[in-house]
Amino acid sequence: MEKPALFGQTLSEIQSIVAELGLKPYVAKQLTEWLYQKHARSFAEMTNLSLSVRQILDEKFRLGKSEPSRVQASSDGTKKYLFPAGSRGFIEAAYIPDEDRATLCVSSQVGCKMGCLFCMTGKQGFQAQLSAGEILNQISSLPERENLTNIVYMGMGEPLDNLLQVMKSLEILSANWGYGMSPRRITVSTIGLVPAMKHFLEHSEAHLAVSMHSPFHDERRKLMPIENVYPIADVVEKIRAYNLGKQRRISFEYIMFKGVNDSPRHVKEIARLLNGMRVRINLIRFHPIPDTPLESSDDDTIRQFREGLLKKGFRTTLRASRGQDIFAACGLLSTKELVKLQAPDF
Amino acid sequence: MDIGLSGFIKKLPLVSLPVIENLQISPGAFVLTVERISDFLPGQVVALSTDDKIAPRLYSICSAPDNEYLQVLFSLKPDGELTPLLARLKPGDTLRVSAPFGAFLGDDRPAWWIAAGTGVAPYRAMMLAGLAHNKKLIHGGRFANQFYFQDEFLDCLGESYIRCCSQETGDGLFSGRLTQWLREQVLPSEISFFLCGSVEMVVETRDILISKGVDIDNIMSEVYF
Ligand SMILES: Cc1cc2nc3c(=O)[nH]c(=O)nc-3n(C[C@H](O)[C@H](O)[C@H](O)COP(=O)(O)OP(=O)(O)OC[C@H]3O[C@@H](n4cnc5c(N)ncnc54)[C@H](O)[C@@H]3O)c2cc1C
Ligand code: SF4
Repeated sequence: MEKPALFGQTLSEIQSIVAELGLKPYVAKQLTEWLYQKHARSFAEMTNLSLSVRQILDEKFRLGKSEPSRVQASSDGTKKYLFPAGSRGFIEAAYIPDEDRATLCVSSQVGCKMGCLFCMTGKQGFQAQLSAGEILNQISSLPERENLTNIVYMGMGEPLDNLLQVMKSLEILSANWGYGMSPRRITVSTIGLVPAMKHFLEHSEAHLAVSMHSPFHDERRKLMPIENVYPIADVVEKIRAYNLGKQRRISFEYIMFKGVNDSPRHVKEIARLLNGMRVRINLIRFHPIPDTPLESSDDDTIRQFREGLLKKGFRTTLRASRGQDIFAACGLLSTKELVKLQAPDF
Repeated sequence: MDIGLSGFIKKLPLVSLPVIENLQISPGAFVLTVERISDFLPGQVVALSTDDKIAPRLYSICSAPDNEYLQVLFSLKPDGELTPLLARLKPGDTLRVSAPFGAFLGDDRPAWWIAAGTGVAPYRAMMLAGLAHNKKLIHGGRFANQFYFQDEFLDCLGESYIRCCSQETGDGLFSGRLTQWLREQVLPSEISFFLCGSVEMVVETRDILISKGVDIDNIMSEVYF
């Protein structure tokens, strides 16, 4: 069996490991420094640990970082990295540089269980949960790591369906003993798994992006089966009931589908649903995926939709389409060709 | 930072009910019975847990809305967190149960009900509520013993009950996956298609239906995530 990975463990977990191995307590702090601040890729690099300590660690643990196995570059500077996820397949991360910022879109699962109609990852089914270390490895092993200004959990998978590991990765990213990154530079997206979302809101300071895609129950459940159990109205109500403070950002993602969710009636209903909330709405052009009956709204309709929302007082952006030519854009990540698909249960 | 799940679990309104029966109806498949304390609509789910330390999972109700008991059908996932504990429950043990919720609701209009594995559960509730008369049920399972409630479905639906078995052959069974059966069919127009079960079944079936010209407005999916 593979040795457990040290990378991706929190300070308190590493303290327990150090105590169990009978090492001096200060080794825990040295280890988190090497793992998360000095970006060591092997135990041999940890030169302020004695040789015997390094040997003990090496016997029991692997460090747990792995290089991307492939990179594809888009003409617009976006890059898509393929990372191995242990023996359970591959995941993709999209690096999106901009004028004054560079964002990494990370994956949280191999595949996804949510089955949204418009999503390539959804078509792959579910293969595995990522550990906190596998989530963080997409950041740590990124050649452009030092340029990163923002992390968004919007890659493959529904982050809040892997709540424990995602929360651990957020702790490591934002802790002083970890990457020391401001949670205001991190956004977690969700389709609205209500119980897990409540936990996230209460235990993390990171921003939240909710995939809305339609304000109407009957329409949304055709696009996103989750609407049957956690309707968008409930999701909004739960967020409304939560005191978010001034710094924390809640945004709603809205992919524009021609003739489906792009009418003035939708603008009106979104405004009613989000009435009085200080939120941002991100409109996104749809990138058609194979075998889909959906098409993207045209530019004029998107512009009018945006103006309608702006008039209602909502900060509304149209997210630029990045990395479309290498399938790195929103909803296009998939490793279906590379993973061993689950034997179906039917 | 507390990364445990205790916070939100404590806030989910679950009530403790004694287990009345936990019957293994087939290898690895159980019907769990408690008293019904709320009304529900056929197709709805409840969140269940055995105690406050374990995040509740969702289960479709498989009993009739007017029954004095509430039942769910679950399959044991040996590496799962909750189902091994559910499988060990005995009469008198405590189960934590939420109020029913969900919008995957049966109705009176003609439809095909499509299910993989335990995804057949909500259709039993719908059938027991008298909604089966203009329905066809297509159920996919790997083995012949996974066609849960087949006697009841056969009685009620007769030839409109199709069992697709992918790993075994048997009397009355279509030999192959339900997706294969569907590919071979000419689909009726103007009816709805209900899909319930694993994401793998739902996404593949949805693609087949769409490729055969079914409008997305007529496809309703419940994914067991
Ligand atoms: C709306 C809805 C209705 C449902 N109705 C039913 C129903 O009627 N009957 C029914 O049987 N089920 C139903 N389900 C599924 C049910 O909620 C549970 O997901 C299922 O019973 C498994 O629970 P578990 O705790 O045993 O497994 P979990 O612990 O949740 O694990 C599920 C599977 O994932 C694997 N797994 C767990 N953790 C990891 C990890 N870290 N890495 C890799 N793999 C992992 C496990 O091995 C297991 O096979 C429904 C789900 C939904 C959303
Ligand atoms: S949109 Fe997100 S939640 Fe939906 S299937 Fe794709 S990855 Fe999963």
